Amino acid sequence: MKKVDAIIKPFKLDEVKESLSAIGIQGITVTEVKGFGRQKGHTELYRGAEYVVDFLPKVKLEIIVKDDMVSNVVAAIEKAAKTGRIGDGKIFVQPIDEVIRIRTSERGDQAI
Amino acid sequence: MRTTWNLSTHSRRVAAALAAGGSLLLAASARAQDAAESAIDTGDTAWILISSAVVLLMTPALALFYGGMARGKNVLGTIMHSFFLMGLVSVQWALIGYTMAFGSDVGGFVGGLDFLFLAGVGGDPNPDLVGTIPHSAFMVFQMMFAIITTALISGGFAERMRFSAFVVFSTLWVTLVYAPVCHWVWGGGWMGPNGLGALDFAGGTVVHINSGVAALAAAIVIGPRLGYPKEAMPPHNLTLTVLGAGLLWFGWFGFNAGSALASNGAAANAFAATHLAAATATVTWCLAEYTSRGKASALGAASGAVAGLVAITPAAGFVGPMSAIVIGGVAGVLCYWAVSLKRTFGYDDSLDAFGVHGIGGTWGALATGIFASAAVGGTDGLIYGNAAQMWPQIASILATAIYSFVLTFVILKVVDATVGLRVSDQDEITGLDLSQHGEVGYNL
Repeated sequence: MKKVDAIIKPFKLDEVKESLSAIGIQGITVTEVKGFGRQKGHTELYRGAEYVVDFLPKVKLEIIVKDDMVSNVVAAIEKAAKTGRIGDGKIFVQPIDEVIRIRTSERGDQAI
Repeated sequence: MRTTWNLSTHSRRVAAALAAGGSLLLAASARAQDAAESAIDTGDTAWILISSAVVLLMTPALALFYGGMARGKNVLGTIMHSFFLMGLVSVQWALIGYTMAFGSDVGGFVGGLDFLFLAGVGGDPNPDLVGTIPHSAFMVFQMMFAIITTALISGGFAERMRFSAFVVFSTLWVTLVYAPVCHWVWGGGWMGPNGLGALDFAGGTVVHINSGVAALAAAIVIGPRLGYPKEAMPPHNLTLTVLGAGLLWFGWFGFNAGSALASNGAAANAFAATHLAAATATVTWCLAEYTSRGKASALGAASGAVAGLVAITPAAGFVGPMSAIVIGGVAGVLCYWAVSLKRTFGYDDSLDAFGVHGIGGTWGALATGIFASAAVGGTDGLIYGNAAQMWPQIASILATAIYSFVLTFVILKVVDATVGLRVSDQDEITGLDLSQHGEVGYNL
């Protein structure tokens, strides 16, 4: 089992969600985050006081995936989230030790 | 068993005599009341009462104007700096403030104790002050000015003053600074028609220079906010600020046009001048922003409107509409530039009380001397050949600024030594809302 974290541009969320749904992924967790990589922030101006805002709003998706689905999931996210411009985001894949479904106490692949 | 009432002839005669005497008395007092009430002009009275209500609205408007510009953790603290004064200053005014401003003149400096605890301030007019409206109406109209002037100062000490110190400071300030200056200009003191002859229709000196300079003193004494100027402290909710500015613009009609103290042509002229100055300043501030930074902002439009309103305040009843446009137009550009002064001189006038009210009020007082027209308000200014009017204007600006700065400075130092002006660093980081008021502005 693997955990796939993806940081994407907020307006791409619906598209990514649709394409994950299309390959059979039934659950994702989404958080609103701020961050930056190589994409520059913006400048705000209030009565002559200039503020450079480094942090940009992004969306973070967390998905737990069976080992045999990882490459499909990564490919789906990559395709749906891409705009070709700086700031598209990143995907991280980590191993997961255990998954438990609270309602039924199922464990492992069955709990995903 | 039923009792039957049966007046004897004697009792009937006594009753008749009493009735006759009673109605004579009633007629006599009615005539006296008629005499007083016939002096009351219902149009004037209605207008002044409405103006008073509308000027009071300016204080919660200011609360929003300032509140939106502060950081979210200080929104309630900033609002309290205005809203609480609606309570505090009103009571002070009724007890001693009104008499100190408008009691009979003592040495040109302050009013006497004639109206202590509002003695004699009732439904009858006081012809020495205003002959056509109830004395109560005049008193309550002036009260609203005292409230908002004191509230304006908070722009200079926003986001870092202890609430207890704020309460003590405000009480002392409205008593020792506002009331005397008000007396000098409007209460028969040395700066007004009885003395210097400075023209100040609705409070360029009494309200704006007074509070603007006090804010500067406060910014200097209390020191800059933690993290200023490096840390980013952008406004947390400019929608509140723009709403506040709109309500201030509305209220200012009562502030300026109401200062005609009558429902007449002078009020109408002041109304038009007020509006045109605000309108022009909105445009010119945005133009200045657009020219220098490439974008006109909502904060700029709101600030411009306020700057124009400040500048026209002393001039409203003395200048024509075209002059009002010039006055507002200059105010928009001048105050836009003035708010950048704090970066040069290093004081943290957080909400630009000095930049807008101090500088705007100064321009307004000078502009009154320049553009006053006898055809409008009875005195000519510079452009109509009466350059001499500039001297009382300049003198009134300097006197107000010096008095306000020195007294405010002293009061602040005294409050600091006794109560402690500033919140602790930790409380400042936590925010005023939680640390001073035990509340959170937004539980989203």
